[in-house]
Amino acid sequence: MDKDLIPKRTFVQKYHVKGLVGTFIFLLLLWGSAVMTGVNWGEFFTNLDQFFDLLSRMAHPAWDYTNIVIQPILETIQMALIGTTIGTLIAIPFSILAARNLIKNAVVRGVIRFILNLVRTLPDLLLAALFVAIVGIGSTAGVWTLAVFSFGMISKLFYETIETIDDGPLEALRAAGANNVQVVVFAVVPQVLNSFVSYFLYTFEINVRASTVLGYLGAGGIGVYLQRSLSSFRYDQTAVIVIAILLIVIVIDSVSNSLRERLQ
Amino acid sequence: MTENIKKQNFAARYGWIFWAVIVLLFYVWSITGLKFSGLQESAGEVSKSIVNGLFHPEWGYFYDGSGEDLFSLIIQTLAIAFLGTFVSAILSVPFAFWAARGLEENKLHLRSSSGKFVLVFIRTFPELVLAIMFIKAVGPGSFAGVLAVSIHSIGMLGKLFGEAIENMDRGSEEAIQSAGGSKADMWLLATMPTIMPEFLSYTLYRFEIAVRSASILGMVGAGGIGTPLLFAIQTRNWPRVGIILLGIIVMVTMIDLISGSIRKKLV
Repeated sequence: MDKDLIPKRTFVQKYHVKGLVGTFIFLLLLWGSAVMTGVNWGEFFTNLDQFFDLLSRMAHPAWDYTNIVIQPILETIQMALIGTTIGTLIAIPFSILAARNLIKNAVVRGVIRFILNLVRTLPDLLLAALFVAIVGIGSTAGVWTLAVFSFGMISKLFYETIETIDDGPLEALRAAGANNVQVVVFAVVPQVLNSFVSYFLYTFEINVRASTVLGYLGAGGIGVYLQRSLSSFRYDQTAVIVIAILLIVIVIDSVSNSLRERLQ
Repeated sequence: MTENIKKQNFAARYGWIFWAVIVLLFYVWSITGLKFSGLQESAGEVSKSIVNGLFHPEWGYFYDGSGEDLFSLIIQTLAIAFLGTFVSAILSVPFAFWAARGLEENKLHLRSSSGKFVLVFIRTFPELVLAIMFIKAVGPGSFAGVLAVSIHSIGMLGKLFGEAIENMDRGSEEAIQSAGGSKADMWLLATMPTIMPEFLSYTLYRFEIAVRSASILGMVGAGGIGTPLLFAIQTRNWPRVGIILLGIIVMVTMIDLISGSIRKKLV
């Protein structure tokens, strides 16, 4: 057989140039990040005893603090519920406007999606800091933070759900002369209701997690006590709060998970 | 004809009322439990200033060569997220194998269940508290942020990696085994290559989240853009808040776009 017929590997393929360059860039990024963040493992290991001292103090929780913690934990759940609900109510019209199969106007859809993307880039604590500045310290700031945070998340989940629905019922209603509102109420809502409730519960779970730290910046809930115990170096109280957060998150997650499984 | 239609029993017929009442009670409890302090008088003014700050950001803060400007701190934030995610991806692998349930193991397997519980614990432990603990160990600065991100991310990455292992295709493992490979061969030549794309994709996804959390860790003193942001909010320096917010929005959007396009290629 003619030797020339055997495909020849190019230089790039032969010496794995792409892989090597990729690895080199990756290592360079790692090295750069380490320099940038001042990584100092020596310091880390010499001060490790301080870290373990802190852990051992946290290993002896101040159980009498439990009574004080219960009320703010409940407040945290209340904040999460109201915040998620407000966020969802605002998200519904936005998600309808952002859905490709309902709104044919690409400009409207683009503008709405752009706004939603902007809202989603903002981390929860950043929103909390802003809302504490706007409405003042207290759980109201927390509720607004969670409302905006869940609005961004839930409207994306919602419009993606709406885009996956079956077009048949919509066409049938339109053919029978229904207007847009009737199409949404009688063809869209019945198809998406279960997923909407499921996503609402999922967002609620995330908001319960998020709301536990919002108070650190003054936005109400258990976070206020977290900040208080940490700044007064009462790590035994911090431990009680962390255990309380763990318990409440596990309870909410399992309740919400079992509800979501029933909805499927 | 009518007897063909099954009569609904009481529970099926009126069950929804019961649930509606429960949900209603839950809402009443929440609304009455929260103290709505109302808006403070300056609320409108402050929000107007924030919006005004967003439209008239302090461009001079973008780069002034001092190392304390927006550009340097954004890069530092990205560095915290990048390094933290990398370390946590490596640390997560043993946790994932700990928590993953084998095919023939029960739902309540001691090793897998204990591993899953540890991961839940790590996931729930607030990242801010972790950052503060590390600040005690290594002092305030971005290194504490790196440590906080790398430990906290184990909770989610370990869970996702573990699920990837549970759902992976076992064909290549069996092939190596039947060809006489040892356990180590099996792991190195079959398990790892099979799940690597999924691991990488999840790691990139986690990196997107880490960028967001690295940008707020500075609020407790763990480096990055959070420190000047909180300072600017507290001193009511709205033009500076505006430019920092714009910086965070642009940074997060860029990272999401880049990471999303790489993830699409991987899977």
